[in-house]
Amino acid sequence: MDMNEIKEIFFQECEEQLAELESGLLKLNDGDRDPETVNAVFRAVHSIKGGAGAFGLDDLVSFAHVFETTLDCVRSNRLEPNQEVLKVMLRSADVLADLTNAARDGGSVDEARSRQLIKELEALANGEVPQAAAEPAPKAAPPAAAAPVPPVNEEGFQPVAFSFEEFETGEEPAIDLPTYEILFRPKSDLYAKGNDATLLLRDLSRLGEMSIHCDMDGLPALDRMNPEAAYFAWKISLKTDKVEEAIRSVFEFAEWDCELEVMLADDQAQAHEELPMQPVPFDLSMLDEEPRASVEEEDRTVAGERDIRELAGSAAEATSNVVQMTPSAARVPAESGRSAASAAAQSAASQQAASAATPTIRVDLDRVDRLINLVGELVINQAMLSQSVIENDTNGTSSINMGLEELQQLTREIQDSVMAIRAQPVKPVFQRMSRIVREIADMTGKSVRLVTEGENTEVDKTVIDKLAEPLTHMIRNAVDHGLETPEKRIAAGKNPEGTVRLTAKHRSGRIVIELADDGAGINREKVRQKAIDNDLIAADANLSDEEIDNLIFHAGFSTADKISDISGRGVGMDVVKRSIQALGGRINISSKPGQGSVFTMSLPLTLAVLDGMVVTVANQTLVVPLTAIVETLQPEASAIHSFGANQRLISIRNSFCPLVDVGRILNFRATQANPVDGVALLVESEGGGQRALMVDAIQGQRQVVIKSLEANYTHVPGIAAATILGDGRVALILDVDAIVAASRGQALKPEMSLAAAG
Amino acid sequence: MTYAAKNLTTGGRELIAFRVGDQEFCVNIMSVREIRGWTPATPMPHAPAYVLGVINLRGAVLPIIDFSARLGMKPAEPTVRHVIIVAQVKSQVVGLLVDAVSDILTVSDSDIQPTPDIASDFERSFARGVLAIEGRMICLVELDSVFPHEEREAA
Repeated sequence: MDMNEIKEIFFQECEEQLAELESGLLKLNDGDRDPETVNAVFRAVHSIKGGAGAFGLDDLVSFAHVFETTLDCVRSNRLEPNQEVLKVMLRSADVLADLTNAARDGGSVDEARSRQLIKELEALANGEVPQAAAEPAPKAAPPAAAAPVPPVNEEGFQPVAFSFEEFETGEEPAIDLPTYEILFRPKSDLYAKGNDATLLLRDLSRLGEMSIHCDMDGLPALDRMNPEAAYFAWKISLKTDKVEEAIRSVFEFAEWDCELEVMLADDQAQAHEELPMQPVPFDLSMLDEEPRASVEEEDRTVAGERDIRELAGSAAEATSNVVQMTPSAARVPAESGRSAASAAAQSAASQQAASAATPTIRVDLDRVDRLINLVGELVINQAMLSQSVIENDTNGTSSINMGLEELQQLTREIQDSVMAIRAQPVKPVFQRMSRIVREIADMTGKSVRLVTEGENTEVDKTVIDKLAEPLTHMIRNAVDHGLETPEKRIAAGKNPEGTVRLTAKHRSGRIVIELADDGAGINREKVRQKAIDNDLIAADANLSDEEIDNLIFHAGFSTADKISDISGRGVGMDVVKRSIQALGGRINISSKPGQGSVFTMSLPLTLAVLDGMVVTVANQTLVVPLTAIVETLQPEASAIHSFGANQRLISIRNSFCPLVDVGRILNFRATQANPVDGVALLVESEGGGQRALMVDAIQGQRQVVIKSLEANYTHVPGIAAATILGDGRVALILDVDAIVAASRGQALKPEMSLAAAG
Repeated sequence: MTYAAKNLTTGGRELIAFRVGDQEFCVNIMSVREIRGWTPATPMPHAPAYVLGVINLRGAVLPIIDFSARLGMKPAEPTVRHVIIVAQVKSQVVGLLVDAVSDILTVSDSDIQPTPDIASDFERSFARGVLAIEGRMICLVELDSVFPHEEREAA
């Protein structure tokens, strides 16, 4: 494992910590004052800082440090986390995310913005908490007071980063240096996380002249000894020119796993009195020998302890429901084996854990994809096998058929389970939206509240990845166009704070995502006028409200009076609609004047399979995505009308719809087929128009596994992807939009077709 | 002159020889993934004439190139006796329809003669040299140039 891999793991963890941070802050924003939430937020920032320190990401460290300082004020109840404070903190979380991304991918961040935020954070830490002004560091507890040991700590993996430079320059202790009395009592968690008291003490010894006494009073008799517990404590008296801060920084990564007291001894004598034994001059070799025995004893038990803990997984890691089995990060949940002092917190944690944590593993996406491909093969093979058995079966009800049916059920089940592996909650996308809402709200001077529901709804990862862009567009639109300014809202008797509600749910094998705002709704008069101005509709066209609402999905449509940075350049909703359709989805809008608009998107749960209509065109088998088909019909000769030289229309319930000869457009045949011999598929295409696609025959409906054509060939205009049918042959999946566009006389070019599948 | 000479300085190499019509060609054995029998291909719309279509190669969609037609010779009329050489060309895998695989040759650089000075640029573009084996002439083919660039760029 080289450094880059470790770094990659760090960044992955950063993402999780950032998500944790944001959801924690949002909870606080909603009025949650649970100290555990504050702790979770604090821990997230602290972990990022710790890891960043280990990799020398100074920008990240310095920002995280200031952020942490302010959070510490909240944690110690010196700063009330009111809306104003949280606004700054949420923005800081955004900057922290930016800095993390910049550290990962290179690139730069808005330095002015982060500097500004650092100032604001420091102002919060200082302004409201005068006693912390002198020392902005998080551990700036007043001297002589015991550092508050956080009640709960399920701290994740922390690369242990010590800056040795600071210590190595340490001078030999002078006579008059202050002496610190340090009580260091590790808890078992310290060892469980791979920390070692020996190393900490050795680091401490670099600060100055040190004498050390091991307090073994807590050690019970052998038969009553719990092998997982930590019994030793060390009393250290340290003569150093360093400040208390430097001493504490030695324990920076262990501070939550031990009791640590650092106090300035008034004079030598008192220090001596306090110690039950005469301090022996510090000897490094002693450290290596004697305490090592106890440490090793505990080390041995750690492995066993892990097993126990994994069994006790339900109590473990309440805040993070992922137990990561990454090789470097022995991320042992540190919940059990807890001292009585934190029992209360632990029970609270396990309550949360009941809903959250089932153990999970992190798997390379490639491996899952390979598995999915193989299962796709299995399904195809199984279909081929059944087909050939049916063809060769003479007596109809052979036992082979029975077995095959069972095999079919099994393969279906395997396919479903494998697809479920790729399913991911939409939560990360939704969380990104909350940031976008904040930014747009800041830019437009509106006050917006984003409410998300059903963020644990699961959908295929590829769908999630492709969902972010259209959703961003829509959120921007909702805030920029949908919601009114606070003044207007007050005038309309509404809450000045607008609400945008983002909901996800499963409905009949699809995922439905709803975006609702409580703004002014669509101004139908304006939309209509605009559509007439842009020649989208005739001036005297009689349109229903719904039809007018759907006009906003037309290309080049924008009703914003002034074009803003955010939206209103006329590329917006049409792009949204196209990307949703490219995902095999549909989008609808409903709007009530004065009450807001609701956008409803319905998307397939996966992009790996598709429900298709298998048709024959010029002896070729093609698959038409079922989502595109509105209805199928058998044309009658009387319904076909020639129009011009080679256009034909079909009359359906007294409206005329252009006929599109698929075989001709795909160049499968040289002449136009006779529509009466075939079947017409009424499809709805991009731009809303209906077309009747003419095919020779319908074979049936089937779920097909999508295969990329681009991988080994090239994009083919008019074809979205390929699939493999039960007979083992490749069938092409039609790109309906491209076919329809081609029928309008535009040449079938790769750019204009939408490859639905990758 | 000789790309072949530069390219082939590494000593003995193995080549797969195949027959198309009455001519013999060979390609580097390292680029050949497998050799399989002909299965009917699904035609692709708007494809060049030498692209016969695509077949299912254990779940992957494999385009089939009629090697004869690609070289401007008579298009093949595929039968069960035809074979498909599955070859890796850059990052893509393609199938070459040929009449038959004839031989596996181990040759050294000195056996490869530079392409004779012929008029047609077309032949010169894919031929990387010729070999004289037992009185036969075998043309060493550079697969990269068999597949037109515009196709790969479009992908």
